[in-house]
Formats: sequence, structure tokens, C-alpha cells
Amino acid sequence: MGDFTYTIWIFILPIAAFLITGLFGSKMPAKVSGWIGTASITVALMLALRTAYQYFIQVGFVEGHRPTVFAYKEVWMNFTETLTFDMGILIDPISVMMLVVVTFISFMVHVYSIGYMKGDKGYYRFFAFLSLFSVSMLGLVVATNIFQMYFFWELVGVSSYLLIGFYYDKPSAVAAAKKAFIVTRFADLGFLIGILLLSYHAGTFDFMTLVSEDGPLLAQSAPPVFMGLSIFGVALSLIFIGGAGKSAMFPLHIWLPDAMEGPTPVSALIHAATMVVAGVYLVARLFPAYHGVDGGVVLNLVAWTGAISSLFAAIIAMTQDDIKRVLAFSTMSQIGYMMLSLGVSGMEGHHGLGYMASMFHLFTHAMFKALLFLGAGSVIHAVHSNLMSDMGGLHKHMKITSWTFLIACLAISGIPIFSGFFSKDEILVAAFEHNKVLWAIEYIVAGITAFYMFRIYFGIFWGKRREYHHTPHESPMVMAIPLMILAALTMVVGWAIPFGNYVMPDRMAYHGHIEWSLAIPSVAIGALGIFVAYIFYFKETSLPEKVSSAFGQSYGWAKDKFYFDEIYQFFAHKMMFAGVAAPIAWFDRHVVDGFMNGVGWMTETFSYLLEGWQSGKVRQYGFSFVAGLLVILFAVLYLNGFIDFKG
Amino acid sequence: MNNYLLMRDEFVLLGIILLLLVAEIMLIGKNRKAVVGIATGLFIVHTLVGFLPLAEGTMFGGSFRTNHLLHNMKSIMNVGVVILLLQTWTWAREEWSHKGRVTEFYFLIFSTLLGMYYMISSGDFLMFFLGLELASLPVAGLVAYDLMKMRSAEAGVKFILMAGVSSAVSLFGISMIYGISGSLYFSEIAQNFHLSGLGALGLLFFMSGLAFKISLVPFHFWTPDVYEGAPVPVTSYLSVISKAAAVFALAIVLFLIGREFVSVWKPAIYWMAVLTMTVGNLFALRQKNMKRFLAFSSVAQAGFILLGILSYDQMGMTSVVYFSAIYIFSNLATFGVVQVISLKTGREQMDDYNGLYRTNPKLALVMLLGLFSLAGIPPVAGFFGKFFLFMAAAAHGYYWLVIIGVINVTISLYYYLLVVRAMFLRKSDTPIESFQAEIPVKIGLALAVVGILFLGLYSPFYDFILNLTTNI
Repeated sequence: MGDFTYTIWIFILPIAAFLITGLFGSKMPAKVSGWIGTASITVALMLALRTAYQYFIQVGFVEGHRPTVFAYKEVWMNFTETLTFDMGILIDPISVMMLVVVTFISFMVHVYSIGYMKGDKGYYRFFAFLSLFSVSMLGLVVATNIFQMYFFWELVGVSSYLLIGFYYDKPSAVAAAKKAFIVTRFADLGFLIGILLLSYHAGTFDFMTLVSEDGPLLAQSAPPVFMGLSIFGVALSLIFIGGAGKSAMFPLHIWLPDAMEGPTPVSALIHAATMVVAGVYLVARLFPAYHGVDGGVVLNLVAWTGAISSLFAAIIAMTQDDIKRVLAFSTMSQIGYMMLSLGVSGMEGHHGLGYMASMFHLFTHAMFKALLFLGAGSVIHAVHSNLMSDMGGLHKHMKITSWTFLIACLAISGIPIFSGFFSKDEILVAAFEHNKVLWAIEYIVAGITAFYMFRIYFGIFWGKRREYHHTPHESPMVMAIPLMILAALTMVVGWAIPFGNYVMPDRMAYHGHIEWSLAIPSVAIGALGIFVAYIFYFKETSLPEKVSSAFGQSYGWAKDKFYFDEIYQFFAHKMMFAGVAAPIAWFDRHVVDGFMNGVGWMTETFSYLLEGWQSGKVRQYGFSFVAGLLVILFAVLYLNGFIDFKG
Repeated sequence: MNNYLLMRDEFVLLGIILLLLVAEIMLIGKNRKAVVGIATGLFIVHTLVGFLPLAEGTMFGGSFRTNHLLHNMKSIMNVGVVILLLQTWTWAREEWSHKGRVTEFYFLIFSTLLGMYYMISSGDFLMFFLGLELASLPVAGLVAYDLMKMRSAEAGVKFILMAGVSSAVSLFGISMIYGISGSLYFSEIAQNFHLSGLGALGLLFFMSGLAFKISLVPFHFWTPDVYEGAPVPVTSYLSVISKAAAVFALAIVLFLIGREFVSVWKPAIYWMAVLTMTVGNLFALRQKNMKRFLAFSSVAQAGFILLGILSYDQMGMTSVVYFSAIYIFSNLATFGVVQVISLKTGREQMDDYNGLYRTNPKLALVMLLGLFSLAGIPPVAGFFGKFFLFMAAAAHGYYWLVIIGVINVTISLYYYLLVVRAMFLRKSDTPIESFQAEIPVKIGLALAVVGILFLGLYSPFYDFILNLTTNI
């Protein structure tokens, strides 16, 4: 099966980089720490690519299936005689894919950050945190068992906390970091309890045992214990809550927009391409269990959560002015696609299309969303603002950024030859074959997505001309080159990689083809979205002079334009904003956020109330001692039937 | 015949106590600062000797018993005391310079420790009660050690009054158990102690004494006042070593005699766990004084340990010992920093810690690791400690308790992060100035950090404890 022991270096190198830059970073020139981090991730990327080549090409299929290989699997601790905690490196299609994605995006972000973070006083700290994050994320994807995954899962949360709060001078960044950490921890509560349930009732942490057909979950049918779910169904639902928290699914998404306070390259790496898809990866990792336990009821939950999140986020994305927030909601929406796709998938052959599409979309999304964030970073770098209202007409100043951003926008809108088209098409096919309602939701979301993406594209690079304090200029090459590489890949990976050949739930080869009867309508709605955005934002201010000079004589045209404006006003502001998006945004801010704030407020108030107890008087303390004891005493004696109040 | 070697730990410690008294007399008129070095050095030797293996067995007809588990519990406490003594090095020496007294401190500390040894190793209630009293009474002296400070004296009085109440109740309970079973020996009690109303009464009265020492809600009221009033080294000692010893004792006694009373003490422990975690957290949330803050945080931490006691089997016992060891290191790291800062600058408020990272980055990092460990964030040891406690409880179906526990962990994360925010993110116009601690203090802090970093990841440590608990 080949020797994969070298994969351990994919972890050792970033750990070493973390320790070196973290411990000695303050003593070395700032540049050096950047280079150490970048060098280590470069080698890790090479190794990950080699792993992919060896696994997918050299090893290929064993008896028609892609095998599972354990590069390492060591018993780290014997918890009891039967239950052990392992640490190891699991090599299978999705873990190898994730290794490549994580190291590749991390590499791009490292290179980009050398330019972006230049001159920042926390330069070395930034690279140390990046290395820490990379290790944690890599440890998560190769986990051989659910305990190892949970361990790295929490570690990813810590490094995300550190990176969001990187600009610790900004109170908003600190608040956002804490919010992200605590909200995801609340979700992890579900994850942890799910793990405890699973480990106790299934007697193992091991992924391969958990998902195997003769394993404890799938072989026996457990009796229902809660709302028709068996104990395993309950456990898997709880685990999904953890995944939904990390992947910012509704209603646990509230941390993601705020997390945009972190440096932009961090948003690209963590909050677009890698960490936020951990929830999707978790479900994919346990997919046979989700599919098999309780007839896939939990999988339906996954599908609907994904669908609702993607619609909800897409509608909000239309109303935001901060470009990073638009991208954040867009990320949430796209992850909704992936969740939905997993949710509608089956196991065998063509039925496993959803699973494949989900992973495929994860793969393509990582590229084009990282590109969007890095492009946004490039613009923010030039304009020193996050707000779209401060931008416009940047195309002529920043050609590279503009073109690469356009490519990413086309990809996310599902326009053919760009990667997003292929993966999104597969998702829509899978959804269509499973449930027409889910398909319809995602179909509409596809149109909205194209609209809001081109809204920001036209708004930033075209639209009204702006006066800038100093002329914006293209970012340095060290930032531009990652953009170009990502753009090139975004154009290629969709059609060049036969994804079904590599990643399927049954591990067999699958030859997908484009379902044109569904693809053409979805391209059409994407194009429609772009067209509407074009009318609203491309023309709105940048072309008025040209338009009036060309058509100015025409009274009718002027009237028509006026008419368009009215439609726009009515459609965008009255109907869409006031009628749909504003209430949803309001709901988001007041109900969902308010609930979380309310929990904080309640604990605080409650602790005020309790303060009176702690008076400092010994007499009172003695009284409480005895009173407390008596209460416990009577309660326990009553429970045991020693006291009978009736007689 | 008694094999007196079985009492090796106790004899060596007693020898040290006597030597200290001799040293005190010998050094009259000379620089008695040397006592600090002598006491610390002797105790380190004692700890190292303690690592040597010890036979299992009983003495005095079963009054005193020892086995590998009990012996290693003592060793864990010893390591904690070594770290504590190193951290108090500067404090003790200055204490001598200012007030001319220092031996008392070591004398009292070692006496209480001896009491704890006997409490853990007791085979009957008589020995147990002697140990309990020996472990409690000198504490009053320690708490009131700052004679010049009103608060310290007040705390001492409060402690002794409350300890008196709790001892009385506890003794009352023991007498009931004796009345029913006709014996003071745990082994005999276990045979004759059947579920009855009076027995339940006795057991709960007895437990309240230990609950007082662990400061479980509702027996915790003394904790914040005493912790705040006492000198920091004493607070640290109370919240770490004394608490761990009481936890060990409670777990052991329940294991020995509680078999038939499961339906009595389990609900009691269950609700005390819920209350202790929750109330401890809610109070900790609002504290501005670092000592009080850590006091309440340690109340909450004790609530988690109860999860392990509840599971009442080998796994539970292992997780209790494992968590306690990790807890000792984590809390000593945080208290160590508070102590060093309090001594150098006299500042103890949370706001005083603003910007600590800029002026004293290493101290801030030690504090950070300690807090992360208390909050249960990987990869530091506290994560594993909590995880195993939850595992043990979940394995016995205490899902609601685990849920409450995990919610409390999340709440605690919030307030631990408040301190982190103060140290790393806040700016201060009057930050704590940069200073260097003395070498022994640094070693004390470093040892705590080593424990936090390695006890969790180094898995043979867990396996070692798991092997110990096969025989309780």
C-alpha cells in the first residue's frame, strides 16, 4: 500500500515554525519570522502534494475501492481496558484532499501576508499564530478517531481566537474574538456530549469502526430514546451541533460576520477556506453513520440546516456595505450548499453524488473564496476602508486585483468553465433528485449569489468614480502573485479534475457528467443575477455622463432610466431590503444575537442577586451551613423513603 | 508486629517538623532567614524520598493503612507543597526581615500536611478525625499569620469558628455511625453498615465536614473571606493542597464504607456538584480582586471533581486523582503569579493586571497557561482532566450533570478570558512595573508550567494512576 510515514513531517515542520517564531520571534528581524513560517508551509505543501500523488495515482484502487491507510496509529492512552485514545494519521480520499487544501491555502496566505502585514508591529506573532493554526487544522483533518478530532477542533478554536483578536488595540476585534470563541464553545458542548454518548454506547472512538458496516452503529438497531431517535441518532445530532457551530450554520452563525475584525489574510484562511468547513468535514467523516443510523433522519436535519442557512445568508449578503461582511455571509451561504449536498446524498454509485459534490464544492470554494478575500484585502490595503461606499472605479488603478476578483465572482456565480459551475451543478443535480423543494431554494440562492457578488464587484471596481486621498495603486507582487495563482486554478480545477474518480462515499470510481437540463437553467439564473447587478451598479454612477451624451436627446430613454431607477428603488430598497432582508437582518440582530446577549445578561443579573449571600457575617455562615445540611438531609431521607410526609 | 516503615512518609515529615523547632532554637540571635532554605531543602528531600516505593499494609490493628494509591496521593501533594514553598521563598525571607519570624509558617504548614496524611491513610474514624483536626487547627494560625492586618486576624477567627461547627457536626455523624455499626474501623463498618435512616443521617453529617474543607456549596461561605484575608501563600495552600487532600479523603472513605448507601450520598453529591459548579462560577464572574476571583474559581473547580466521585468505580477514582494532580499544578501557577505580584507591588485587583504582558511577559504567560488549564483548553493538561471527569460521569449515565458541567466550563471560559484580556489586551497608565523574581520563585513557577504542559500530553502519567486505582 505504500509507505506514508513521511506525512508526519507535514505536522512537525509547522510546529517547529510555531515554536521558533513564537519563542524567538521578538529577537529576530521581523522578515525572518515570515520566511521561516512560509518555508515550513512550503515544504508541508510539497509533502501534501506528494501524498496526494502517491495515494490517488500510485496506490489508486485496491479491489475497486480506494483504501484507508493509517500512516500512524498509536495508542496514546488506555482509558479503560477496551477504550483507548489514539493519535495518528489517517489517509483516505477526503483527508488527503483536505491536506492539500489546507496546506495550499495556508501557503498562499503566508506568501500574501508577507506583503500585507509588512510593517505591522505584531509581524512575528502573526506568523507564529498562522503556523499554530495550520498545525491544528491539519491535525483535525487526519484524525483517526473522534477524540483526536475534538482535541484539534478545540485547538483550532484557540488559534482562531488568537488570530481574530490579533489587532488587540481595537476593542471591536477583541469583542469579536471572544464572541467567536464562546459561541463556538457553546456549540462544542453538543459535540462533547455527543462524543461521550458515542464512546460509551459504541465503545470506541475510532472512525473506521464507527462507520464500518458491521460496526456498533450500523449493525445493530438501537431502540428509540428521544423523539424517535436512537441513542446513536441523538449522539450524531449533538455532534452535528458542534459542526454547525464551527461552520457558522443558522442560528449559530452570529460569530462569523464579527470575526471579520481579524486581519484579512486570516479571514481568507480560517473564515473562508479551512476552519469554517470543519463542520462539513466532520459530517463527511462520519457520513456512513449519518446515512445509516435511524434511516438517515439526522441527515435530513443536516440538509435543511444547510438550505435555510444558505438562503438566509444570501439574503443578508445583499444588504451589507462592508465587503468583508458580504463575503462572510457569502461563505455561510456556500457552506450551506455543502451541508445540504451532504444531507441529500446516498451511499452507492450515483446516489453518492451529493457527498462527492459537497467535497468538490468545498475544494473549489476554498480556492475562489480565498481569492475573493485576498482580493478584498488587496483593495482594503489600497483604500484603507472596508466599506463599499468608499470605493468605486478601482479597475483602472488595480488591474490584477480587478481581473482576478472578476474570475472569482464568475466562479461563485456558477458560470461555465469556472470551477464553481461544476461543483454547484453537481449539488443542484443531487438536490433535484432528492427533494424538489431543497433544489428550488438552492436554485434561487444561486441567482441571489450572482447578484450580490457582482454588486460588490461593480461597486468596487466600476460604479461611481471616487476621489481618494492618494491614488490607489496595485498591491506589491508578493500579494498579487497569490491572486493570480488562485485565479488560474479557479479557471482550471473545475473541468480538469475528475473529482468523482477520487472522492465518493463508496470509494469507487464514478464518472460524472454535466446534467445540462439542470445546468442551463442554473447558468441562466446566475447570468440573470449578474445582469441585474450590472444594471443597478455598473451603470448607476459611472456611466451617467456617457449615457446622457449618447441617449440624452431621447426623452423616452431618460424616462426609461427614471423608470429603472424607480424599479431599483422599489425592488432593492422597498421590497428586498425593507420587505425581506431588513426583517431578517433585524431578526438576526435582535432575536438571535439578543438571545445570546440575554444569556450573558441573565447570568450577570443573577450573580448580583446572589451577592447578598456573601455578607461576611460568621453567624450567617454558620446558619447557612446548618440550613444547607438540613435541606440536603431531608431531601435525601425523603428520596430514600425514610421520611414520609403523609403519615 | 507493626512494620513501622509503612509510616515512612509520616515519620520523615514529623522529623522535619522537630528539626525545624531545633533549628529555631539553635539560630537564636543569628540570621534566621536560613530557616527558609532549611525547611524548603528538607521538604524537597522528603518529597524525593517519598518517590521511593513503599510496601502496602496496615498498622495498629487497621487504624493506619497504606497502599500504592494512598502513598502516591501523598506524593502528589508533596510535589504541590514543594512548588508552593519555592514560590513563597521571597515572601518567607521578607517576613523574617520585617517581623522577625518565619519558622512558625513552616511548622504550621507541615503540621497540617501531616494531618492530611493521616486523614488519607486512616483505617478508622478515630484516626480520621485526629487527622482532620490536625489538618484544620493549624490552618487558623496560618490564616491569621499577618498579625498586623485586621482582615487576616478576622479571617482566622472566622475560619476557626466555622471549622469548629463543621467538626462538631462531622463528629456527631461519626458517633451515629459508630452507634449503628458498633465499630470505628472502616473495614468492620463496611460489613455492618446497612441502609437505614440513622445511618444516612450519620453519613451525611460526617460528609459535611469534608464538604466544608473542599468548600462545596452550601458549605463554602467561609471560603472567599478567608482566602482574601489570609496571606497569599496560605490562600494558595488552602485552595490547592488542603482541598486536594479533602477530596482524596472523601473519595476514599466513600469507597470504603459507602457501598450500601449509594442512594443516600449520590443524590447529595449530585446536587452539591450542580450547586458548587454554578454558584462558584456565578460569583467568580463578578470578582474584581484576584484572590477572591481565584477563590471562587477554585470553588467551581471542586464541583467538577465530584463528577468523578459520583461514578464510584476505578475509572472515577482515576479521573479524580488525575484531575486533582493537574488542578494542583494549574492553580499553583495562577496563585504563584498573584503571589509574586502581590508581594512586589501589593496590588491584587484585576485592573492592576492591565498591560501585564507588556511589562512582565513571562509572568503573563505563566498566568495564561494556568488559566487555560483551569478553563480546560487544549493542549494544556486541564483539558484532559476535565474530559476524563466528564467521560467517567457520562459512562454512568449522568448526562444532565455532564451538560450542566460543560455549560459551566463555557461560563468559566468567559471569566478566565477576562483576566487574559486584562493582561494581554488592556493598556494601563500605571502598569505593574517590570521586575525579576528570585531564582527559587522562578523555579517554582517553572515547575508548575512543566506540569501544566506535560501532565496531559504525557500519557504514561494517566496509565500510572490507572494502575494505582486497581486497589483502593
